Order: sequence, then structure tokens, then C-alpha cells
Amino acid sequence: MARAALPRRLNWQQAKVVELVEETAQTTSIVLEPADWPGHQAGQHVDVRLTAEDGYQAQRSYSIASGPEDEHLVLTVERLDDGEVSPYLVGVLQPGDELELRGPIGGYFVWEQSLMGPLLLVAGGSGIVPFRSILRHRAAVGSDAAVHLLYSTRSLDDVIYRKELDAIGAAVDGVDISLTLTRDWPDDWSGHRGRIDRQLLEEVAWPTTQQPLTYICGPSGFVESAAGTLVGIGHDPSRIRTERFGPTGK
Amino acid sequence: MDAVDGNAIAGELFDVFGDEMTTAVGTCAHCGATGVIAELRVYMRAPGAVARCPRCDGVTIVLVNVRGSARIDLAGFKLAPPHDHPVLADQRPVS
Amino acid sequence: MSPVSRGFFGRRRPVGDPARIPPGQYLTSDFPVLSAGPTPHTPLDEWSFTIHGQVGEAMSWPWEEFLALPSETVTVDIHCVTKWSKLDTTWKGVSVDTLLQDVDTSAEYLTAWSDGGYTTNLALEDVTDGKAWVAYEYGGDPLEAEHGGPARLLVPHLYFWKSAKWVRGLTLTADDEPGFWETYGYHNHGDPWLEQRYQGD
Repeated sequence: MARAALPRRLNWQQAKVVELVEETAQTTSIVLEPADWPGHQAGQHVDVRLTAEDGYQAQRSYSIASGPEDEHLVLTVERLDDGEVSPYLVGVLQPGDELELRGPIGGYFVWEQSLMGPLLLVAGGSGIVPFRSILRHRAAVGSDAAVHLLYSTRSLDDVIYRKELDAIGAAVDGVDISLTLTRDWPDDWSGHRGRIDRQLLEEVAWPTTQQPLTYICGPSGFVESAAGTLVGIGHDPSRIRTERFGPTGK
Repeated sequence: MDAVDGNAIAGELFDVFGDEMTTAVGTCAHCGATGVIAELRVYMRAPGAVARCPRCDGVTIVLVNVRGSARIDLAGFKLAPPHDHPVLADQRPVS
Repeated sequence: MSPVSRGFFGRRRPVGDPARIPPGQYLTSDFPVLSAGPTPHTPLDEWSFTIHGQVGEAMSWPWEEFLALPSETVTVDIHCVTKWSKLDTTWKGVSVDTLLQDVDTSAEYLTAWSDGGYTTNLALEDVTDGKAWVAYEYGGDPLEAEHGGPARLLVPHLYFWKSAKWVRGLTLTADDEPGFWETYGYHNHGDPWLEQRYQGD
């Protein structure tokens, strides 16, 4: 049995926690300095592994929130109250602690400049995380690929990266951001209300003639629904990339 | 329970194949549907990870960690070149 | 071993009575949902439980008849091969002894099979003499679909992958024929007290 090249290894390494940034009441960004980070592509993820004193281990995957050109590796984690790993990462982990991780991982759910656009990014809840990496990469390389971002979350308080997204929507050329709030919205809310449906996608997505490259990220049910609706509208399934989170993260 | 997708086992697959596998193309042995590993429906919370065909739900790939060693069964998924060489069971020990 | 993550304990609780926790297991108060595939939803008017294979005559009960069979309520500890153990779980169901009562067989093994295609193999002696049930209630309520409802096999003295969810029947066999997880490397018997997790353990 022949192999073309030496198999590469994906090694676990330690990453020092530099800073914690609270994004929402439930969500925190963890700024990290890995021992030996090889760089990454926007959209990739890392596997994080926790080890207790008696050897018990738990492992989860988290999308990389930082762009490839950013100084530090950043993960953004939503604390799930009945979770096992996320209440540790958001609640116990402190600057100065070491976090074991491996990565970057993933070649399917990535965007880089040569893939061009226009881009349709559809995020549900913490599905917004890899899109921050994509948007930061886009800005860093000066890409003029046009972007429509549709972000669905429960309420304004649950919008992760709210200030950053407001700034991008206001000041950055070619990036159009639409928010839809599903559970609660201010009385004077001029954005969208309710779950993503065909009508909202027809309004916000690119015309099918533009043949956008579409990325959908979020809980499984959200992704299934959005992808199915886009295909129903006439979008090309081969130009839709999906990444599903489980009920306790990926 | 909802399935995740092949992205969730990308790290484990990298361990076994020594390569990024989410974009690897294969054909479901049950129904003939062709697609990438990233789009398989993966059930993680089990004694192993079970990847199923998104079209017919047939079992395509099963990943089990036996005594620290990753084992992969691809009988349900025929990988296209360049990954179409047979993969040995009992691959490198996972760290 | 990896370096210890400061302050990480996992979701586990302190062990109450070590004598009740098999080696390598951790106590939980949750009831984790583990699945190898999508949750089936067989309508009850299409459901039946069948015993066939190496038997004189196959037997089958539709749902209403199954519920009318003599039932038992039992409180047992359960142990999953993924290392969680849950103590004092209460189930109501039909003892496999009751189901096999009128079955004429010389088979020594069986394969339990489920909606969705899952299978697991067991020795007949592991499901008789009060060791196994087909359970349709958990904690006093009808068994939820994600936990195997309408009915699942319950074999608490073995690792819980042997307690097949969505069970629809038992095929009695002369030989021990590895089921789903057994084919991928898990142990044919699966005694948690002997830590029989994988083939060869």
C-alpha cells in the first residue's frame, strides 16, 4: 500500500490564556498564545481537551474567532448551563491558565480570497464565530468580495460581537449585515423579527443569478432549515457549505 | 437527537489519515449518493462516532477509539482518489 | 497523560458508594442521550415485538397486547461504556422471562434488533432468570423517544449499549453473532465489573 507523502500529525499543544473578553452574558472570547501555532484559514476550528486530576478527559471543538492575520488565536465560547466543557471555559478558566488544544482543523468550511464571492453568510447563535474570522480575513487582505451576512439570535443582548458588527456594517464597503431577533426585540426595532424563513432569505440572500458562495453555521436544525430553504429558492447546493453545532457545542 | 456533520470528526480523521479529510469525496455504499465527508450526518454521542449518508441514513463511516487506538471502518463509504487506497485498521495511537 | 486543566472536574458527582460503581466509571445524575442514528418514530399501531429465529414458533405482540402482559417495576443501576453510571433508575416493563415463557428453543444466543437497524448480541443466560426486561416506562412516565421509547431492552448487569433502544424483537441464534458495536470492536459480553469494554478485554 503506497502513501504519497509522510502523514502529517495534528499534535496537541498548550496555549496560554492571555485575556478573557465578555461578549454577552453567556459568551466569552478567550485570547490565547499557543506554544507553536502554524497559522490558520478563516473558518477552521480547534479541538480543546480538558483533563481532570484523576485523568478524566473531555473534548470539544470550537470555531476560531480570530482572523488568520490577527496577533492572537481567539476562541469564542457560549456557556451552556448543562454543559460539561463550556462552564469551565466560561467561568473557571483564567488568564495565565494553560489550555490544551490541537489545530487548525478543517478544509471544507473555509473561505479565502481566491474563492471570491459574492458571499452569503448565515449564522444562528454562536454560529457567528467562524464568520468573524472570515470578515477579519477579508478586511486584512483587502478583498472586495461582497458579503451579505444574516445573523439570527434570540435578542439584542445575545448578539455576539455586536459593536464590531455594527462598525463593520456602518463603515466597511461591500458588507451588508442583517440581524433577525427571534424571541425579544426593542419596540423601535427596525431589523427583522422572527426565525429565518423563505421570505427573509429571498430578501437578504443574493439573487440566484449571482451564484453566491454560501456558508451556514449554527445548530443542526437551523442549518438544515436554512440550507433547505435556499435550495428551494433555487440556490445551487454545491455552492452551499454547512457547519452544524450539536446541542452541547460541536 | 440532532446529528452534527463531518466537520465534528475532522480532528479524528486527520489522526487516522494524516490528512485533512472533510473535503474528501466518497460514495455511499447503500444508496450511491456522492458527497464530501463534511456533509455526512454524524452522531457523536455514542460508544463511537457514526457518520451516516445525508440521503439514505445508511452507515458510511464508524470511528471507534479502542484502548487508545483510533479505528475507522469505511465499508459504507467508497472514497474517491486520492484517498481510495485501503486504510489499515488500528491506526496510529491517538495521543 | 496530558497536563491537568486547573480546576476542571467534569460533570461528575462525588462517588456515593464505591461498591456500586464499576471500575473506570464515573457517577452522573443526568441521563445522557447517546445515539448512533436518528430517533425512529414508529406509530404504536404499527409497533410489535417479535421473538423468532431458532424457535419452534415465532411469537409476536402488538402494542396493546404487549402492555397487557404481566409487568414489573424495577430499580436498577446502569453503566454506559462511555464511563457514566447512574444509580437507582426505575423502569417498568415486561420481563424477558415472561416473553420467552412459551418459546421453544435450544438456542444459546440472541440478537436484539431495533427500529433504525441497531443490533446487539447477548447470551440467552444474560437475559433470563430476572436479568432483563423490555421496558416502556422510565421514572414513572412513558419512555421518551430519545431514550428508546416506546420500548427498549433493559439489561442492567451489562454495559448499557446492550440495552437496545427502540427494540422490536429478539432473534434467537445458535451462535454468538456480533451486533452493531460489537462488530466495530466492542466486547461480545460486556460485563462492567470485569471492564469488558472491547473485544479482547
